[in-house]
Amino acid sequence: MQNNMHMSGSSEDVTGHEFLAFTLGAEEYGIDILKVQEIRGYESPTRIANAPEFIKGVMNLRGLIVPIVDMRIKFELGEANYDNLTVVIILNVGGRVVGMVVDSVSDVITLNPEQIKPAPAMTSALDTNYLIGLGTVDQRMLILVDIDKLMSSSEMGLTDELVA
Amino acid sequence: MTVDMSQFYQVFFDEAAELLAEKERLLLDVDVASPDPEDLDAIFRTAHSIKGGAATFGFNDITEVTHVLESLLDRIRKGEIPLTAEHVDAFLAAKDVLEMLINGHKNGAAVDREAVEQISKRLQALSALGAVHAAASPVESKAASAVQEAHTGNAASVPANVQHYRIELPETPQRDVDALASELGLLGHITQSLLEDQRTVFVLITEESVDDIVAICSFVLDADALKITNITPVIAAPSVSANEDPGYGFFEPLLTEIQKKEVADAAAEAAVQAAAHVESTERKQARRDSDKAAAGNAESSSIRVSIEKVDQLINLVGELVITQAMIEQRIGNLDPMLHEGLLNSVGQLTRNTHDLQEAVMSIRMMPMDYVFSRFPRMVRDMAGKLGKKIDFVTQGAATELDKGLIERIVDPLTHLVRNSVDHGIELPEVRRAAGKSEAGRLTLAASHQGGHIVIEVSDDGAGLNRDRILAKAVQQGLTVSDNMPDEDVWQLIFAPGFSTAEVVTDISGRGVGMDVVKRNITAMGGTVEIRSARGFGSTMRISLPLTLAILDGMSIKVGEEVYIVPLAYVIESLQPEKTELKEVAGQGRLIKVRDEYLPLIYLYEQFAINPRYADPSDGIVIIMGVDGKKAAIFVDSLVGQQQVVVKNLESNFRKVPGISGATILGDGGVSLIVDVSALMRSLG
Repeated sequence: MQNNMHMSGSSEDVTGHEFLAFTLGAEEYGIDILKVQEIRGYESPTRIANAPEFIKGVMNLRGLIVPIVDMRIKFELGEANYDNLTVVIILNVGGRVVGMVVDSVSDVITLNPEQIKPAPAMTSALDTNYLIGLGTVDQRMLILVDIDKLMSSSEMGLTDELVA
Repeated sequence: MTVDMSQFYQVFFDEAAELLAEKERLLLDVDVASPDPEDLDAIFRTAHSIKGGAATFGFNDITEVTHVLESLLDRIRKGEIPLTAEHVDAFLAAKDVLEMLINGHKNGAAVDREAVEQISKRLQALSALGAVHAAASPVESKAASAVQEAHTGNAASVPANVQHYRIELPETPQRDVDALASELGLLGHITQSLLEDQRTVFVLITEESVDDIVAICSFVLDADALKITNITPVIAAPSVSANEDPGYGFFEPLLTEIQKKEVADAAAEAAVQAAAHVESTERKQARRDSDKAAAGNAESSSIRVSIEKVDQLINLVGELVITQAMIEQRIGNLDPMLHEGLLNSVGQLTRNTHDLQEAVMSIRMMPMDYVFSRFPRMVRDMAGKLGKKIDFVTQGAATELDKGLIERIVDPLTHLVRNSVDHGIELPEVRRAAGKSEAGRLTLAASHQGGHIVIEVSDDGAGLNRDRILAKAVQQGLTVSDNMPDEDVWQLIFAPGFSTAEVVTDISGRGVGMDVVKRNITAMGGTVEIRSARGFGSTMRISLPLTLAILDGMSIKVGEEVYIVPLAYVIESLQPEKTELKEVAGQGRLIKVRDEYLPLIYLYEQFAINPRYADPSDGIVIIMGVDGKKAAIFVDSLVGQQQVVVKNLESNFRKVPGISGATILGDGGVSLIVDVSALMRSLG
């Protein structure tokens, strides 16, 4: 299991890492803030024929053609409805830009290494392989997602097979 | 502190490659009988620059070869050795060896040491041969000098050519004469003699100008007292006695007056210039530097930029154009009376953006010369090997094409040129027998036509043999008929596997890998046409879009979705009658267009769209042509034609079947580009 944090290089800095907290259904998740390029409202993307349902399509992000995935559909969390409040987190993972639809974004939380516990199996809808651990702040508990690993996994089908 | 030189290697390799290409171009252009001294200088400079670079980076093998090459070139440009065709051949061979050496350092490619050895010997041998010539030349020039004295003045102000000057000194102490002789010796070849009144006369063979000579002399003596005459031999003349011929004396005072004035003017000018320099050698150095600076200016008028930066710029401008289109759309419904100022400004913005886009796109454009320049050598070598005589002509080398395309056109074009030389143009005897000139003519021409660039490879050779091609096609099991139009017959040679060894030698031969040529060109969105007349030659006509980044598209609508179809594939569109639609068991659906049955693709099925019309007779059918195959695609409606900027889907996503790319529409939305060839392939 993933006992230590393996994010952008050093897990040794004592000052802790910043995580962007967002919700999917009833669960609260966190991802490394450094992977987040921007957050924007949902605009209807261009559908891609014969793609899985959770790949909503591609959109124009200032000239880049960016795929949009809906995590709620992918992990069957919450209602996949789209309104003015639906949020897209634009991620920059492994040199690729990907948009991720979530229910809402709450805030940015700083976690010290000691606040992060290894995730027990069956914590969430996500496979523990894609988790960094569980972060606890006050009464909140965040499921910390290794977004790099998740987005480049074959499960998401965002990259060609040959691309590592 | 040591600097890691390896980081500069690439720069040296790039530069050396450019210099070698330049050298080859100059060598091929040079007129052996009467070489232009400027060309010789330029050739010398290329060798010299490569040597300098190689020495800096410690590539000793390159330095050695260039050194021998440089020395020989130096003597040729100084006029010590006359240039011969043999020299040109040796220099071209040396260029190949240098290229090999550079590649050896660059990619670790194998290096043929023997060839290196050989070329050095060959150059040295030529150098030794030339030395004999050189020994004889001063005598000749001296003999000619007296006669030529009347041809003075006019050439005195012509710089940079090898000139012979007669410099008559006033009475000068011997010490100064010696000093002057050694200084002037730096400019070129000098000989000394005495006049009857014990004054000294120099004959200087140099490419420096009179100004330089005056400038040097003026440090030692009064320039006004100098008498410099240009005695460059123009015609070979019998030698008359060494001293002034009385017959010419009549003209001499007059000419000398003019001469003196010129010299005086030059001296005044030179004095001003020379004021900054203490020594004559410094002056000479300064001249060298200014030469270099001039060369440097020519270089700095262009800069090296990585293609990524250019592409980024193009992307950004593409964005700007889209944003501008969005603004234009938004203000479309404003009241023109109330917002006149705003509307005017946006109009201005529109014009500026389009200009900017055009200018930025032109950065990626490169002249066709980049491709053309490699052919003269190839044709020369091949013609030599095959014993053919070929006049090679290029036209429109300045025509510009996208860099991405220009690199991909090299191979197909090489193939076509090679075919023309090998199979198109006949041997001199055959040509003579056919009543043609012995030397065949091979033309490579490029021009812009509309949004396309047209490249033509034409020869006045034997032309294609219709009967042989048809016979071969039948043999290959292709469907042909005797009354096919010529154009269709010529297209047969592009069929895969059409050529076999015996065809190559039998028929006029075009066929070696012609299918590959055709495929490459089609992949670039281009077409190839052939025109040929038996006995008069043939022309291969390649037509390419100017750039890959922009595509002429037809936007089509299926259900609520808009797709782009590359216009290049669209033949026609029509609304079919129900009776024209056929369903064939196991064959899918067909549509009858005039007398042809074409496979019919339902786009809404391919892309799983909810269409407005499910029956082709309600919608529109587009007839597409790829590689001579045709198919019909059924869509709801046509939206319009537009130029679109092609974006890569794979940069952030993956390859999508049936889609070749994406583009951004005027409203900021994304539209996908249909991969027509993949769709056609899916038909099997």
